[in-house]
Amino acid sequence: MSADPGPMGGERGAVRGIRIAFGVSVLGAAGFAVVYSVGGNTQLLGVGLGVAFAGLAVGLWLWGRHLLPSGGYVEERPPLSAPPQQRGLLAAAAAGPQSPVRRRGLVGMFGLAFGAIGVAMLFPLRSLLPLRRPDPVTELRRTAWRAGGVRLVTPEGVPVRADDVNSQTIQIVVPEGHPKDGDAPAFVVRLDPDRLTATPAGGLVAGGLVAYSLLCTHAGCPVALYEQTTGRMLCPCHQSAFDLLAGAKPIAGPAARPLPGLPIEVDADGYLRARGDFTAPPGAGFWSRP
Amino acid sequence: MITRRLYRALDSRLGTTSVGRTALAKVFPDHWTFMFGELALYCFIALVLTGTYLTLFFEPSTSEKIYDGAYGPLAGSEVSSAYASTVSLSFDVRAGLLIRQAHHWAALLFVGAIVLHLLRVFFTGAFRRPREINWVIGMTMLALALLNGFTGYSMPDDLLSGTGLRIIYSVVLSIPVVGSWIALLAFGGEFPTDATTPRLYISHVFIVPAIFAALISLHLAIIIRQKHSQFPGPGRNERTVVGSRLWPAYTVRSLSLATGVLAVVFALGGLVQINPVWIYGPFNPAQATSPAQPDWYVAWGDGALRLFPRIEFHVFGHLVPAPFLPAVGLGTVTFMLLYAWPWLERWRTPDRAEHQVLERPRERPWRVAIGAWALTFFAVLLVAAADDIIARLTAMPVTGILRTLQILVCTLPFVVAAVAFGVARALKAGTASSLAELTAEDVRAGLSGADGPGPADEAPDQSIQLWRNPDGTWRWRWSGGGEQLTSNEAYLSRDEAVAAARIAFAGVPIDRADPPEGVILPGPRQEPGWGTRLAAGVVWVALAVWGRRRSKTDDRTEV
Repeated sequence: MSADPGPMGGERGAVRGIRIAFGVSVLGAAGFAVVYSVGGNTQLLGVGLGVAFAGLAVGLWLWGRHLLPSGGYVEERPPLSAPPQQRGLLAAAAAGPQSPVRRRGLVGMFGLAFGAIGVAMLFPLRSLLPLRRPDPVTELRRTAWRAGGVRLVTPEGVPVRADDVNSQTIQIVVPEGHPKDGDAPAFVVRLDPDRLTATPAGGLVAGGLVAYSLLCTHAGCPVALYEQTTGRMLCPCHQSAFDLLAGAKPIAGPAARPLPGLPIEVDADGYLRARGDFTAPPGAGFWSRP
Repeated sequence: MITRRLYRALDSRLGTTSVGRTALAKVFPDHWTFMFGELALYCFIALVLTGTYLTLFFEPSTSEKIYDGAYGPLAGSEVSSAYASTVSLSFDVRAGLLIRQAHHWAALLFVGAIVLHLLRVFFTGAFRRPREINWVIGMTMLALALLNGFTGYSMPDDLLSGTGLRIIYSVVLSIPVVGSWIALLAFGGEFPTDATTPRLYISHVFIVPAIFAALISLHLAIIIRQKHSQFPGPGRNERTVVGSRLWPAYTVRSLSLATGVLAVVFALGGLVQINPVWIYGPFNPAQATSPAQPDWYVAWGDGALRLFPRIEFHVFGHLVPAPFLPAVGLGTVTFMLLYAWPWLERWRTPDRAEHQVLERPRERPWRVAIGAWALTFFAVLLVAAADDIIARLTAMPVTGILRTLQILVCTLPFVVAAVAFGVARALKAGTASSLAELTAEDVRAGLSGADGPGPADEAPDQSIQLWRNPDGTWRWRWSGGGEQLTSNEAYLSRDEAVAAARIAFAGVPIDRADPPEGVILPGPRQEPGWGTRLAAGVVWVALAVWGRRRSKTDDRTEV
């Protein structure tokens, strides 16, 4: 105990500090209520509530530090395990003469029945995937692209003509009528046929148009970054790069397979149409992928 | 008076006095690292409070609707209900954005607190017998926290979270044999489907939190049954717990921590923007955000996906896709090792004994090295998840950064582990009590493998004083090693007091003494303050402050 604890020292000082802190807390709460009532500015609301709780926290901390004893107590810790004799009594009570566990056969049948119910109850889990849908592997393998007239449209639904596609940017396309399909997005771009070092999987039409799946073969992200000078597509998720001049084969990053090509044709009106599905299942790989 | 009668009514029906007395006198060790678990608990409470508010406004559906709220750029556009309601509760619900951002911040802090708690338990050997069950429960809670964090930020159906969902979907697809079935069953079809968001929602707001609440209860029940472990020190042995009592010291400290957590969470929620889904835009299967980073606690997985070399192979004509090893493989191995750690360590060391006294990290240089290795490994992966941002900031090619990080992730953990091993050995060999006091001599001693003095043995001058209070109750006090420790309870009889002292300090002579001066005694057994009785019977922590205030006015009238 020093002679002069100062205005905020000693027990009286601590009480004063705690009182101030709790007072600040009341002000914070009131401020929160007022801010809410006059429009609810998010920053001020946060400050109000933060100050209200911080006041409590500081006050309680001072209380615990200055007004309450810290440490100096000891509690005994009896051993957890009981003496062998007591364990023996428990075992005798649990497995006594009338105990159900003595009837091994019945317990076995009980286990069997219980297990059978458990297994039966697993069946409804199959409903998580609607039964009318095809099995997963079929569903993963095919997309809405098919031969005979599915037009390539922009995500907004505008059909794409061969003349609309330039060499500066890619044109993202989806099958007409399926704008929300997760596996169908593709892109069309015009490439200089002379620069190609490999034949595009989906073929080359209208003097340099190629179409590929937009989905990265690593984890399925749309590879929407096109670098025109090198003819590369980059995936924003894990930085895989695909060389469109070499059949969209992966040249950097974790992707291991080329982007599947989309066979296209130009119809009589100049619109682009699919000639069939992707040359391979699009997007991330899976066990039964051919 | 009324509270006293209320408490009597409660006690006569439930018999709460004995439990209440024990609970109030429960001793917690005094060390700041013991607060991490509590920190996580209060983050959980903040999450439940803010999350409940959010459920009142969020619509877990991907059915299309026209957004017609206050956020101009989106007004009139057709988006999913989930996205529209998230934007709506950010701009059109007053205080909605505060609560939403506070919820997200609380989630980030929650996982952080769990990880800190895990590290404390790991490096001090608190997982050793008899605490393996709580280690396993804690590990399950960590896994569930990661899962719930992920489902939470995937629900708004924005472009960033949609990209994250697609990556997870692809990761699940990559599991051999059953991957396609698990992925399509879980998502309700090929990604994206309308079934996914409602499933994320029910899992996020009910299934996982319910399991979490049960596991927290179990975790705490076990720690109450086993009592806390403690760092070595005078009077701290396998049969004692030394520290401050639950009432009043820890009640007040704990409330301070709880309100402190809420203060930080709400201040961050109000002032620091997080997950602005209106900037990312609604999910669209043909778009991705760039850059795309997940929340920090799953970023190590994303970093692994970026760094792991391009390895795809076929097994019996079937494909094992590239994400399998870095995502499924690394995640599985990480959690398997974490779960198995107490048994792995027991397998490698002859130590099978029960431990209530913790080790200082330095006492196990190998454990320090392995922990440092893992921390560095995951830190590099976490940094790797931001490789595109680093590339943008430094204007260096991303491939070069990737290559650097690939080298770092293979080498840096070993370097850090070796340094940590050396430091632990030096600390163990010398007399330095912290890193700052480490001398070259200590390091040399550590390198040569010398063992230091080791933890001091129990002081030889131990003694126990036993006395009778004026009200007829009994107490004892242990002295030794320059410290004095008072029994946490007052006992009704001499025998009870002696029995407790014998459990705590077997073999130490017990002397009869006069009541010492200046000891602050808690209320005697028969007469605990009525406020205390009430608090013990009902939810004592919540009523604590109130009860104390009332008991003061009561004292004044009685004296």
